[in-house]
Amino acid sequence: MTDFDVIVVGGGPAGSMAAEAAAKGGAKTLLLEKDRDIGYPVRCGEGVGASGLKQFIEPDPQWIAATISKVRMRSPDNTKVDFGMKDAGYVLHRRLFDYALANRAGRAGAEIQTRAYVDGLMVEDDVVKGVKYQYMGENRELSAKIVIAADGVESRVGRMAGMRTATKLRDMDSGYQATVGNVDIDQELIDFFIGSNWAPGGYLWIFPKGNGMANIGLGVNGKVAKDFSAHDLTHKFLKDHFPKASILTSVCGGIPIAKTLKTITKEGIMLTGDAARMVNPVTGGGIITGMVGGRIAGEVAAAALQTGDLTSKGFKDYPARWQKAEGKTHDGLHRVADAIFEITDEKLNKMAHRLAKIPPDELSLMKIFTAVARQKPSILIDVTRAFAGV
Amino acid sequence: MILVKDNRCDFCGTCVAVCPVDAIELREADISIIHDTCIDCDICIWVCPIDVLSSDEKKEEVKHD
Repeated sequence: MTDFDVIVVGGGPAGSMAAEAAAKGGAKTLLLEKDRDIGYPVRCGEGVGASGLKQFIEPDPQWIAATISKVRMRSPDNTKVDFGMKDAGYVLHRRLFDYALANRAGRAGAEIQTRAYVDGLMVEDDVVKGVKYQYMGENRELSAKIVIAADGVESRVGRMAGMRTATKLRDMDSGYQATVGNVDIDQELIDFFIGSNWAPGGYLWIFPKGNGMANIGLGVNGKVAKDFSAHDLTHKFLKDHFPKASILTSVCGGIPIAKTLKTITKEGIMLTGDAARMVNPVTGGGIITGMVGGRIAGEVAAAALQTGDLTSKGFKDYPARWQKAEGKTHDGLHRVADAIFEITDEKLNKMAHRLAKIPPDELSLMKIFTAVARQKPSILIDVTRAFAGV
Repeated sequence: MILVKDNRCDFCGTCVAVCPVDAIELREADISIIHDTCIDCDICIWVCPIDVLSSDEKKEEVKHD
C-alpha cells in the first residue's frame, strides 16, 4: 500500500488541474505546494486568451482584473499597430485565480498541503516511488504510485528523477515585471513593444490590472542577457514613460520559451506545465497551456492506475494527447520565435508602418505573423501550420 | 567561482533552469552554488533578471593588472 495514488508537486494552474483530474478519476491525490500560499508570489504577466480560459472555468469577477478587447503592437520607433479583438482575453489576479483552481481540486477530493518543500524523491530500481519533503523544518516521506511534477521553471523534481530539464540559454527569457499604480492607460488594451530598444530578443508588455493599475514588464532573451538587465530595462522604461507610477510589486522570473521537453514521462513520474516547458514559445504565455497539460497528465495518471501499468509505456497517452493539443503548434511557434528574433529593428519599423495603415478591425494576428513570415519565407509554412493546427 | 550577492536574490529559479550541471540549490528563501559541481560557464550570471550573481574572476583579473 502506498500513502497516495498520485502526489502532485506544485500548486500553480498546471498542478491544480492535474490534482483535480486525478482525484476526479478516482485517485487518492495529494497536492504539495512549497510556499506558505497557493498563488503567491505571482511571477507572471497574468494575461490569458478568453477561449482558452473558458474551456476550463467560467470567468469570475473575483479574479478578473481587466477584460481585453484591444491589442496594440509597437515597433522599435514606437509606431502603433492596433487591432480589435472582441472577447480577446483577460488579465487575471493570479493569486485569487490559483486559489480558485486549487479549491476546485480540493472539492474534487485532492488533499492539499502548503509549506511542503520537496527536496528528494523516493526511488527504487530507477522507478519513482514517492517524495521526500520538508514541512516546518521536519523531514517527511510519502509514497505514491505516480508523482506529477508541476514545480515550475526551475523544475528540480524532474532533475531528481534523472530527466533532462536544463534549458538552453536561447530558450529562456530573463524576465522582470512591476505591478504599478497611478498610470493612465486604456484598461481594455494590452500593449506589446517589440524591438531591441525595448527588450532585446523578447518583448515588453503593458497589461492593465484595473483601477489605474498595470503589469509592466519585459523579457530579454538569454542569448543577449549577458549585455542587458531585465530589471534595469524595466525601470528605465518606467522612468521614461510613466515617471509618476507607483511600484506596488516587483517580481522577476525566467520564461521558458523552449519546445516541450522530448521526454515528459518516466517510470512513476510525469512532468507538466512550465516544468515540462509547455509555454507558448512566441508569447511566453503558459497559464492555459499548463492547464491543458496538467489536466491530461491527471487524467492519464488516473487511467494508468486502473490498468496498473505505471511505466512510461502506461503513460504514453499523455505525451500523445499533449502533442495533439498544443505540442505540435509549439514546435512551429518555436521556429517563428527564432525568425522574429532575427528581424532587425529597421525591418520591424517598416513592417509596422505598412500594417499601421490597415484599419484595426481588418487586422488579425494572422496578418501580423504573415508579415513577419514574409521576412523569412521558409517559416511561412510553419506559421500556417501553427494557426491551422495541422 | 560564482558568487551570490547577499540578501538580493528573489529566488525565482531562472538560474536553476539554465544550469547545465545542476549546481544551484534553491530552497524557499535560500540559494547556494555547489562549487564542486559548478563549471564556471557563467550563464546563470547572464540570465539572472536582477543581477544577483557574479564571478570572482573579474576581481582576480584586476589584481593581475
